[in-house]
Amino acid sequence: MARTRYAPDRGLTVRMTVTMFLLGLVFVAFVALLIGIMIAVHASGAAIVLVALVFGGGGAYISLFYSDKIALAAAGAHEVTPQEAPELHGIVDRLCALADMQKPRVAIAPTAMPNAFATGRNSEHAVLCVTEGLLSPRLGLTNEELEGVLAHELSHVAHKDVQVMTYASLLAIVAGLLVRFAFYSELFGGGRRSNNQSALPIILVIMVVSAVVYAISFLLIRLLSRYRELAADRSGALLTGQPSALMSALTKVSGAMSRIPTQDLRSAEPLNAFYFAPAMKLNGEGRQSLAGVFSTHPSLEKRLEELAKIQRQLGQTTPPQ
Amino acid sequence: MGFLDTLFGRTKPVQPKLDDLFALPSAAITLQAATGFTPTGSGSVCFRAVEGKTFSDIQSDVRELLNMDAGKPGGGLPVEVTKDSYGFTWLVSSHLSDEVEALVTDLHAVNSALVDNGFGPQLLCTLVAFRDAEERRLALVYLYKRGTFYPFAPLSGERRDNALELQIKGTLGDELKIEQDLTKWFPVWGAPGL
Repeated sequence: MARTRYAPDRGLTVRMTVTMFLLGLVFVAFVALLIGIMIAVHASGAAIVLVALVFGGGGAYISLFYSDKIALAAAGAHEVTPQEAPELHGIVDRLCALADMQKPRVAIAPTAMPNAFATGRNSEHAVLCVTEGLLSPRLGLTNEELEGVLAHELSHVAHKDVQVMTYASLLAIVAGLLVRFAFYSELFGGGRRSNNQSALPIILVIMVVSAVVYAISFLLIRLLSRYRELAADRSGALLTGQPSALMSALTKVSGAMSRIPTQDLRSAEPLNAFYFAPAMKLNGEGRQSLAGVFSTHPSLEKRLEELAKIQRQLGQTTPPQ
Repeated sequence: MGFLDTLFGRTKPVQPKLDDLFALPSAAITLQAATGFTPTGSGSVCFRAVEGKTFSDIQSDVRELLNMDAGKPGGGLPVEVTKDSYGFTWLVSSHLSDEVEALVTDLHAVNSALVDNGFGPQLLCTLVAFRDAEERRLALVYLYKRGTFYPFAPLSGERRDNALELQIKGTLGDELKIEQDLTKWFPVWGAPGL
């Protein structure tokens, strides 16, 4: 067995495990509670829960299945052939050959904001999209820096992040729907209420529990998303062997992002979780810690710090056994 | 990638497959007999250099090692090192056209030096150049991560002679492991030594 210089980041693995465990725990508790409510003989409550499950599950499945088409349409991107974008395809070809992975489709979005995302339900349907802003000479990314960004995105594909995040957010989607449904049935279910006195409190319970579950799982999902960004940074930097190129790309893209008019950024916000760098930042200067909890991406400082660690690791004279 | 690796967002760097490269000398003879393409004696290893002194030290060691025999009979010319526009490094070794064995030995020395030092995942491809009587250019490209070969026949102006490439695929199908997935046959325009 050949020696490897690419030791996994155990700390990151542990933190990710804890996050996913907590998400699972919330999920189990939530489902147990819903079943409990249904067993407590409640037709209208059970119906609401079922409808939310069907809608939430169906919605999540559709958004996963068509994630490539939806994201491309939302970004207004079009696929490009190797003849149209030889440089871009050349970089992707080489990275895929290095990583021995299937080449995703390549698309370009006509947006001035410099960014990139990768989506698709599996590696056969993956699509890697960069914006025109990322390729523009005004941003001035070198080929190595562009390669770093693409390696980060390819790592998302390799880690099946679209799938993982969809499954992780399924619970939050269902809980969010339940809050809404319970609220509407509260508003419009007046006629039935007089026949069934127990309906009101139980629907209220569903609503409150769902709201709490939604809030907790939302925070956990954001946390998981940040860990997966760090994981993609890490795998991307190890793939190219050039953490510093990724670091300078991150700095350039984040710097340019803060100069772009906000209108453009807001239209990109729904895609935020998939992006290389977040389009909308919640944080004002003094409120970093609170904004950090809600953010889909780790802060620039955190990402640079982790990449610097990889840099030291790659520079070690004797590889770890 | 395993389930746990997906769950934790880890990628194990892919180790290169080195052994299939040694099928090249006999394939070169077949190729010459069947199509008239002869080796130019030049071949190269392409890898992604890792930043930092450790890697550049290894790289210069390899270069010294290969240059020790340069100029002697069968030793070939001193190796050339170039960096392409994608940031990949190419080590080009040049021999006489009938020294394919020696060429492959040189290329293998580069491979093993990188693998022994833990940098095996950085190897991208190796390329051996051929030419026929009409001066058509052809390269056999070896993909380290898959252990397969594919033909690459550049024409002028970044076009490829796909017909020739498919012909070579048919000719060498029994001798070499040819990459069956055509999407992996990426073009290596301007590869040094071609």
